[in-house]
Amino acid sequence: MNEVIRHTADLQASPRTLSGAQLIWEALVREGTDVVFGYPGGAIMPAYDAMIQYPIRHVLVRHEQGAAHMAEGYARATGRVGVAVATSGPGATNLVTGIANAMMDSVPIVCITGQVPSSLIGSDAFQEVDITGVTLPITKHNLLVTEPQNIAPAIREAFYIARSGRPGPVVVDITKDAQQKSCEYVPDDSPVRLPGYRPEHHVPSKDIDEAARMIAAAKKPVIFCGHGVIKSEATELLLELVRRTNIPVACTLLGLGGFPASHPRALGMMGMHGEAWVNRAIQEADLILAIGMRFDDRVTGNLKTYAKNAKKIHIELDPAEINKNVKVDLPLVGNAREILTELLPRVASPVVDEWVNYIEELKGESAVLEIQHMPDNGRLFAAHVVHDLWRLTEGKSLIVTDVGQHQMWEAQYYKHDHPKKLITSGGLGTMGFALPAAIGAKFACPEDDVWVIVGDGGFQMTACELATCAQEGIKVNIAIINNGYLGMVRQWQQFFFGGRYVATPMKSPDFVKLAEAHGLKGLRVTDRQSVKAAVEAARAAEETCIIDFRVEQEDSVYPMVPAGADLQDMIRRPSAGPSNGNTQNGIHNPIFETGKDK
Amino acid sequence: MTTQETQPLRTFVAYVEDKPGVLNRIASLFRRREYNIVSLNVGRTHQDGVSRMTFQVAADADKSRRIEANLYKLVNVLSVEDITDKQAVIRDLALIKVRVLPERRTEALQLVEVFRARAVDVAPQSLTVEITGSQDKISGLLAALTPFGILEMVQSGTVAMTRGEEGDAARSARQSTVRSVSAA
Repeated sequence: MNEVIRHTADLQASPRTLSGAQLIWEALVREGTDVVFGYPGGAIMPAYDAMIQYPIRHVLVRHEQGAAHMAEGYARATGRVGVAVATSGPGATNLVTGIANAMMDSVPIVCITGQVPSSLIGSDAFQEVDITGVTLPITKHNLLVTEPQNIAPAIREAFYIARSGRPGPVVVDITKDAQQKSCEYVPDDSPVRLPGYRPEHHVPSKDIDEAARMIAAAKKPVIFCGHGVIKSEATELLLELVRRTNIPVACTLLGLGGFPASHPRALGMMGMHGEAWVNRAIQEADLILAIGMRFDDRVTGNLKTYAKNAKKIHIELDPAEINKNVKVDLPLVGNAREILTELLPRVASPVVDEWVNYIEELKGESAVLEIQHMPDNGRLFAAHVVHDLWRLTEGKSLIVTDVGQHQMWEAQYYKHDHPKKLITSGGLGTMGFALPAAIGAKFACPEDDVWVIVGDGGFQMTACELATCAQEGIKVNIAIINNGYLGMVRQWQQFFFGGRYVATPMKSPDFVKLAEAHGLKGLRVTDRQSVKAAVEAARAAEETCIIDFRVEQEDSVYPMVPAGADLQDMIRRPSAGPSNGNTQNGIHNPIFETGKDK
Repeated sequence: MTTQETQPLRTFVAYVEDKPGVLNRIASLFRRREYNIVSLNVGRTHQDGVSRMTFQVAADADKSRRIEANLYKLVNVLSVEDITDKQAVIRDLALIKVRVLPERRTEALQLVEVFRARAVDVAPQSLTVEITGSQDKISGLLAALTPFGILEMVQSGTVAMTRGEEGDAARSARQSTVRSVSAA
């Protein structure tokens, strides 16, 4: 065995001869990487062998998809670049879902994959996959490296591209022979220069003036807070803008926390499962100031009828997002924080009292509020679980959600007052995202109380990462919203497919025993009275704890704007609540409503 | 796509890094966003490491801006310009091999002359013609030669260059403005 040389992070400037494998870690240490999530295998073994010389913690995942999600969770909790490592072939292809997720949600991660030796490329060698080809449309950029001297520059470029501009995933594929060969290494700390890549944009001053004029003239304005507000750390500026203008703020799913939910001008989430008053406000608005969001179809509904009366100002970093889905009147292309900084001194307060009062009145007829008024007859509703969790954690926990009904209930009932405290799979809607992303977030923020809120279906997609929690001694709390169905699909089947529950009833293992089998803690809750004690017990436990919340099986997320429908046309919760009377054969009858008569 | 058929043809000139896989990145982008390439030409330039592309896509002005913006997101793309509304020299090249027996050779050569094309090879029973020009001109010659019997033909993608004095240097100096304006 080679003697293990502990690396002193003081990296010398003089030329040294290093192996390609060493150069990988050398470059990562220089980028400030302290933890990587990965899984070894043939083509990446030289790199793993060199890893012990460097001050980097390696987290052994149980499936490479988990590694990519962990890197993403780490990146989203901190804003720093997350790193995943995998071998060639199946190791690399297992990363693909996680890479696509990071691409859709603009998250900076760097994935380092081993590749078969360069002499074998193109020969269909054992565990050879053209991973740069496979990931071409789902990465911001990718690189294949076949020579050791190109490794450090490639990793430097990858980090720069991943975190600058609109962030995204970058794959660096490194052949085994490049890892094994050595070369002379001179560290390079100069700024990365890529001739075709200039992510910065500057907004003409006259456009900022025009935006200020449009805001001052508005009578029914709404601000949209998207993920870009959180990414550019513009929350304070947005608060100041609202303090000066009193304009109400609606959030996208990924924008939740970008503007405090407890603020009097906070409207809540917009779109398919947004509160009724938010979507009505949008449809009736005369000005939309959209910040760092991309008018996703889950936000707009039918584009032909979407916010027809509103002039639209779009603050967005990516020029390709301008006029993609919604035609805007004034695009401001650039970093949200920089643009708000310029806009603030020029903005004058519009007269919006009447508008604000009108929206407050709309809130009274909210369908979402109804669940809080439902009789608490001891039965357990997911909304109650999330609501109680919010109260018990004082809204301060870092919540990671998966995809489906629980994700929407979390968005509706856990009121986020701080940015980067909600991590969820937005654009891609990846089941299985939550647990690994939470593990990554916990490594990034070890002091945070991290909660996974996940469905019984999504949890089982990556439940293998419980073993990672156990091995790494990492503590997260897992609230499984267990309704025995793939709930969101079941809900669509109920509403749109004649109630035929095809392939949605789901039998699960005993989650308490599953936790115990991993040496972790497991609890089960079947009534509302027990929620508090279970949450407290989970938080008090030293190890990762699963709470299996057995909730109402056929509850649905309300309100709901069906896909492609007009934003004001929503399905509402049956007025009496699902727990008494309004059921037929165990299926609640939702109220289909169109806004056309209003 | 039915919408594309009603959209006018737009001509773009792009400079890209001459690296492996760059054409694949661009083709992948066009495929993914459903931009239908009508014509594509890639070749080297007088600058080492820089390739020049000319491509034509059916697009309205809005779509054209998004094509530009999406191309700029590719790290290896140095600059993109929609030259549709500019004065430009736009050329295709075609080689056409026609079945021509000796007794009709003069007749065929006269036709070639009318179209300002060139005979580049003569065989006992065939004639090969080279023509450069607009797509219209090539189609015209093709129609005129069809009665003889076309044996084979090959056509390059369209290449284009704006008229006037401005060269690459001026264009690359303008890149940053093009980038920020591309959204407006």
